[in-house]
Amino acid sequence: MDDLVLKTVARLLIPFIQLYGLYVILHGHLSPGGGFAGGVIVAAGFVLYALAFGRSALAAVFPERLSTWLESGGILWYVGLGLVGVFAGGAFLANARAGFPLGPAGRLFSGGLVFLLNLGIGIKVAATIATLFRHLEEE
Amino acid sequence: MRAVLITLILLLAAGALVAVALEMPPLGAPGAPALASPLTAYYQARAFYETACPNQVAAIVADYRAYDTLGETTVLFTAVAAILTLKHSRKEERDRG
Amino acid sequence: MHFDYVAAMLLYVTGLGIMLFHSNLIKKIFGMNIMETAVFLLFILSGYVRGGKPPIAVPGQLPAAPVNPLPQALILTGLVVSVSVTAYALALVRALYQAYGTLSAPEIARRKGEFS
Repeated sequence: MDDLVLKTVARLLIPFIQLYGLYVILHGHLSPGGGFAGGVIVAAGFVLYALAFGRSALAAVFPERLSTWLESGGILWYVGLGLVGVFAGGAFLANARAGFPLGPAGRLFSGGLVFLLNLGIGIKVAATIATLFRHLEEE
Repeated sequence: MRAVLITLILLLAAGALVAVALEMPPLGAPGAPALASPLTAYYQARAFYETACPNQVAAIVADYRAYDTLGETTVLFTAVAAILTLKHSRKEERDRG
Repeated sequence: MHFDYVAAMLLYVTGLGIMLFHSNLIKKIFGMNIMETAVFLLFILSGYVRGGKPPIAVPGQLPAAPVNPLPQALILTGLVVSVSVTAYALALVRALYQAYGTLSAPEIARRKGEFS
């Protein structure tokens, strides 16, 4: 839709929405939130962009093949991280026994598997909801 | 007629559920079965030391029960696959007929 | 009085009533969402500790009376399943609308009976 107020406000808000969503994803092991909530916030930024500037504008910055690849890649990332545990002698999806560096508690790059899984889940959920929005609105 | 039947069903369901709700232990009482489970004590005692994550919920979701989270990710993927299948079959029908 | 559990149960019955009463398909999907929300509320309420703090170890020190983190972790999975089911239900309703031209469930059943 072609509304000047909507376009101006969206242009101001979307960087902060994406930044906040990225913050919630990356700090999943330090504060409430995690992969799912952060992924949905980032996807909300995408949906606002599509509503304010048109679907073709969203397809120009976030093409359909990229979102399908990210969404399938999210599951492959998850299973790959789990198989690292199998090959290192532990169980499937093992954390410390598979050799993931735990690091000092409370820092950003700590937690080993938890941090990596949150990242993968966040990207996957954002791509999934963007794909759903694109396909539910198409005619 | 339909409205009367629906109201009857709803009253029956509400009566049964509220009767059950009144029998549950009061909110937040420490002796409740949901709070005194040994699994909760296990996770709360060991989550910070074994995973180095201050957030216990994230440690449970992504480390102790990471297999359930794999199933959840698969559900998301399956939903998108099902919706795309629906769209392609509709397009085929439209091109055919 | 346990107002909290009773409120969750009444919310569930409200969702059930919406699903049964309205004939519009989209409103039935709303009712299903309300029922799922009521179940999540009941589950998470069962893990509350009176005067409890969130189960997060603020710098380096474990909380004194943390609420139970286990129901929250389980409901996280349930939430995502709820979103997926709602998305698929909406896609199905769109396909039904394109095939039959109406959004009312008894009308669709009537026209389906005419065609087959």
